[in-house]
Amino acid sequence: MNAKRVDKIATGVLYAIAALVVIILVALLGYILVQGVPEISWHFLTSPALSFEAGGGIGIQLFNSFYLLFLALLISLPISLGAGIYLNEYAGQNTITGLIRTTIEILSSLPSVVVGLFGYLFFVVQFKLGFSILSGAFALTVFNLPILTRSIEEALANISDDQREAGYALGLSRWETVTKIVVPAALPSIITGVVLSAGRIFGEAAALIYTAGQSAPALNFSDWNPFNISSPLSPLRPAETLAVHIWKINSEGIMPDAKAVSAGASAVLIIAVLLFNFLARWLGKRLYKHLTAE
Amino acid sequence: MADNNTMTTDQRNIMTFDPQAHEIALSTEDLHVFYGNSEAISEGDLQFERYKITALIGPSGSGKSTYLRSLNRMNDRIATVKGKIMYRGLDINSNDIDVYEMRRHIGMVFQRPNPFAKSIYENIAFALRQRGMNKKADLDEIVERSLRQAAMWDQVKDDLNKSALALSGGQQQRLCIARAIAIKPDILLLDEPASALDPVSTSQIEDTLLELKQNYTIIIVTHNMQQASRISDYTAFFNLGKALEYAETGDIFTNPKVDLTNDYISGNFG
Repeated sequence: MNAKRVDKIATGVLYAIAALVVIILVALLGYILVQGVPEISWHFLTSPALSFEAGGGIGIQLFNSFYLLFLALLISLPISLGAGIYLNEYAGQNTITGLIRTTIEILSSLPSVVVGLFGYLFFVVQFKLGFSILSGAFALTVFNLPILTRSIEEALANISDDQREAGYALGLSRWETVTKIVVPAALPSIITGVVLSAGRIFGEAAALIYTAGQSAPALNFSDWNPFNISSPLSPLRPAETLAVHIWKINSEGIMPDAKAVSAGASAVLIIAVLLFNFLARWLGKRLYKHLTAE
Repeated sequence: MADNNTMTTDQRNIMTFDPQAHEIALSTEDLHVFYGNSEAISEGDLQFERYKITALIGPSGSGKSTYLRSLNRMNDRIATVKGKIMYRGLDINSNDIDVYEMRRHIGMVFQRPNPFAKSIYENIAFALRQRGMNKKADLDEIVERSLRQAAMWDQVKDDLNKSALALSGGQQQRLCIARAIAIKPDILLLDEPASALDPVSTSQIEDTLLELKQNYTIIIVTHNMQQASRISDYTAFFNLGKALEYAETGDIFTNPKVDLTNDYISGNFG
């Protein structure tokens, strides 16, 4: 067989494989959206869930998901940024940093249910935080830290050393060079990494079942004092998220419209995750443009 | 050309200046540079006269760039530099030197243009602002003056807020020169600044350097021997980590004392 023919066959096979992947993905997304989108309404998105009757919504779960996401990022972003800067800009290549990198890699492949059980034992039981937003946010931090650290480290590593040398040659210190030149130049990819990890957090269920809990007590949306237990901002209240809600309805839901609620909630979840992905791309591109040509 | 009586050449063919007649901006004494265990510079002590252009030439791997980068300690994290680098009576290779402050006196321009991912204006103003210069009028003035000195003001004066990354390679490199001279260094080190540029940009950069010579001491590493002969006053030839010959540029190119220098400038190797 000649090279040209082999190339043609290889191209064909690769196209077929790519097409298969796309078809599976589109079919999956399409199925969820077709099943779920008709269930979505303003009422569905804003009203609380009902356990025994039809017509319940996902309002509280949706709010919980966003609040947990916000808290988890609030905790994990500064830590990941610091760790990423340390690993890429300050730490040399030696045994200890090698060990740190390996650990981060192992942590990032930890099954999220293990993270959840660890969070249960550590935050819920040991630190007596109970099933709460805070326990959930910490568990999500554990879940998110390794991946976010990696992506920030990579974003920084992609900035050419020429940029650092340019800073040093102007008499800037390493700290000034890192914070004022390297991090800003890496910002588009850092933001992309953050938003993508936000999508992962948003859809996470296993890490939250035993930490943020599986109940969504009624919230008083006119009370924004975080110290009141019925306030949406209260960090010590249990908070079932959208993903956990979907899991729960499907395993033990007894409301008559369980199927419909589950389909609607799944569609909302998928749409949110898709939005995060598009947002990541759009923000990354926009920031890059802003930096390279105003 | 300078009066030859004030310069002496030792048996190693390295020229030294009579300090009475020549102002020495920078010199090295007993400089050795190691990458790990291998010695990259074993003999390279030179004196650089103020307000002159000194070219460092030599084949790839001769150590000329390593030598240059040691002068403002850009090699600190990569290599071990032993010996003295004398600047204004101070050994700037010693541990108690504030390296960041020193580099504001000895600036550097690199082989590949490396503007920051910021606007043209910010590329120049940024380092000044980091040192506490915040008055817009002062910054504006320095930005304009630096861009004029780098011979690019007229081309970019209406686009100061545009990203520096949108400039052509030659313009980016001149912006890097403007950025380096904006902080008013004494000495400007250039590491093959035109090797990534087309001939037109190269000749513009050369013109710029000849202009800058009035106010700056310039040390330039170059692969291009025509460039060395066109713009430099003195030339040092490096090979295998040693400075083999250092003399007036005219002498080096017309009457080299060392056979290897002759071979190199006649294009027999390198």
